[in-house]
Amino acid sequence: MAWYALRRLLQALAVLAVMSVLVFAGVYALGNPVELLVDPNAGPADYARRVAALGLDQPLWVQYARFVAAALRGDLGNSFVHGTPALQLIFERMPATLEVSFAALAIALLTGVPLGLVAGFRPQSWSGRAIRALSVLGFSLPTFWVGLMFIMLFAVELGWLPAGGRGPTSRVLGMDLSITTLAGWRHLLLPALNLALFKISLLIRLTAASTQEILRQDYIRFARAKGLRPARIVGLHVLKNALVPLVTVLGLEFGSLVAFAVVTESVFAWPGMGKLLIDSITLLDRPVVVAYLLVVVLLFVSINFVVDLLYGLLDPRVRLGGARA
Amino acid sequence: MSMFARAHPGRTRLIAALARYAENRVAAVALTLFLLLALAAFAAPWIAPQNPYDLAQLDILDARLPPGSAAAAGELTYRLGTDAQGRDMLSAMLYGLRISLTVGFAATAGALALGLVVGLASALAGGSIDAFIMRVADLQLAFPAILIALILLAALGPGPGKIVLALIAAQWAYYARAVRGVALVEREKDYIAAVRLLGLAPPRILFVHLLPNCLPALIVVATLQVGAAIALEATLSFLGVGLPVTQPSLGLLIANGFQYLLSGKYWISVFPGLLLLTLILAINLVAERLRVLINPRLDGI
Repeated sequence: MAWYALRRLLQALAVLAVMSVLVFAGVYALGNPVELLVDPNAGPADYARRVAALGLDQPLWVQYARFVAAALRGDLGNSFVHGTPALQLIFERMPATLEVSFAALAIALLTGVPLGLVAGFRPQSWSGRAIRALSVLGFSLPTFWVGLMFIMLFAVELGWLPAGGRGPTSRVLGMDLSITTLAGWRHLLLPALNLALFKISLLIRLTAASTQEILRQDYIRFARAKGLRPARIVGLHVLKNALVPLVTVLGLEFGSLVAFAVVTESVFAWPGMGKLLIDSITLLDRPVVVAYLLVVVLLFVSINFVVDLLYGLLDPRVRLGGARA
Repeated sequence: MSMFARAHPGRTRLIAALARYAENRVAAVALTLFLLLALAAFAAPWIAPQNPYDLAQLDILDARLPPGSAAAAGELTYRLGTDAQGRDMLSAMLYGLRISLTVGFAATAGALALGLVVGLASALAGGSIDAFIMRVADLQLAFPAILIALILLAALGPGPGKIVLALIAAQWAYYARAVRGVALVEREKDYIAAVRLLGLAPPRILFVHLLPNCLPALIVVATLQVGAAIALEATLSFLGVGLPVTQPSLGLLIANGFQYLLSGKYWISVFPGLLLLTLILAINLVAERLRVLINPRLDGI
């Protein structure tokens, strides 16, 4: 197991190194930030001084070497626009993104799994068909447009919930969270629901498919033969076995929620790191874009690493197969 | 009947396949709807009441008129209202649909071609080359498509060619994985062993015998991915990193209406959104039906 974990760790580090090159090389082509930051009326001497101060006059590989050396110290450069460290900007906005992503994950689990169980248990019934239709619709609805419709319906027409922003936050364990107050929840509800929509459809599908698969198994037939009530069969035997694949999917789905938060945050003006990314791309704020991408890649690689380890723990075939190859 | 079948074997097979497809009413409606939308998009220059890109035809006095309003000058009626530039929404949507469909299909064709080549090569090469290619594909699939597209577009800047490129980069791995999987299964079947024993040349085995049998599974993946590509393009354009403002796709039209939504001018965002939803829903329903037809065991999931 230790050897397996070490191999996975080395792979994860290699991925991180490759991604840092790709991200840096890719983002280097992102326009010329000097034109944006230096006063167009500035003289050539002034211009050259600014370029040198930002390190943009060096060859690309020197810039990359400096960038890696600094990144290992946790310094990803200062934002061209804000003038503060890029990493600090990302970390300031991260709790907002994590909060809305976790809320969306919770909503998706609490609605998607029960609906999927019903759809899988009674596929031909009225409710089963309705749930399946709902999941196809959920897959087809463009997230950003649903967000707009939420705002139009619940904020503009009905006036029940705020149209955007984050509302009051309070500091919990060094992070600004909005789930501690009612006003915070009112701001959180629409973005979280919007972000959850696609995952609800996905969970309905996954749960329904594995429920049907499980219902064909011998132990379910045995449980039925024993005369167990259907509610108990579903609640105990089916649910328990349907959750196993979900546990492993969950990690990756959380990562994808963080990535898709870019869209939801832009719609609801939610001050997370996704909105920061879009703003930074439009303003050509290169260090912030690089910092965001590296932080997210690090997040993904860590999640994948943990999921791989879990796989190895849950299913010995995975790590034995890995050792033989 | 048998004579007819002999005379037009392809035609009767097509009719039989269509009849089998249409057994599901919802799927039949979805296919019809999609074909109508595609036709409307194709015919946009002829059926649109106005050329929304021709600034000479736009009247700023007509800006943000609600649906059903008449133009200040001329006899045009804006059935779906106008946007901030005084553009007829119906015309803008028809042209937007054209762009969305073009980008979606171009990206799918590109990703399919790339995935097909890579997947077949991977399956045929086997060994460490296969392992390496699949490792790269897995690695990429671990990141959401939107993230990969965002990274690329942040680097490349907006533009129709660039967004197609970004979509191909985000989606090729799905095809490569699917092609490889099917090719590995098909390769072991008896008919391939038979044509090998016949001494046919490997390229001929590959393109005449192996490839056609991999296609059904690919068509399902491709149909699903067209819907995903169109949705992704709309999202990226909405975020302002996709298509340029001069060629508004449906996503950009929705984004343009965003700021007016709060003041109750719903039509600028709502109508393009409904069109986008209808398009993606139709494509997904067709994909769903194809999936069941090709793999009947899945019926009811």
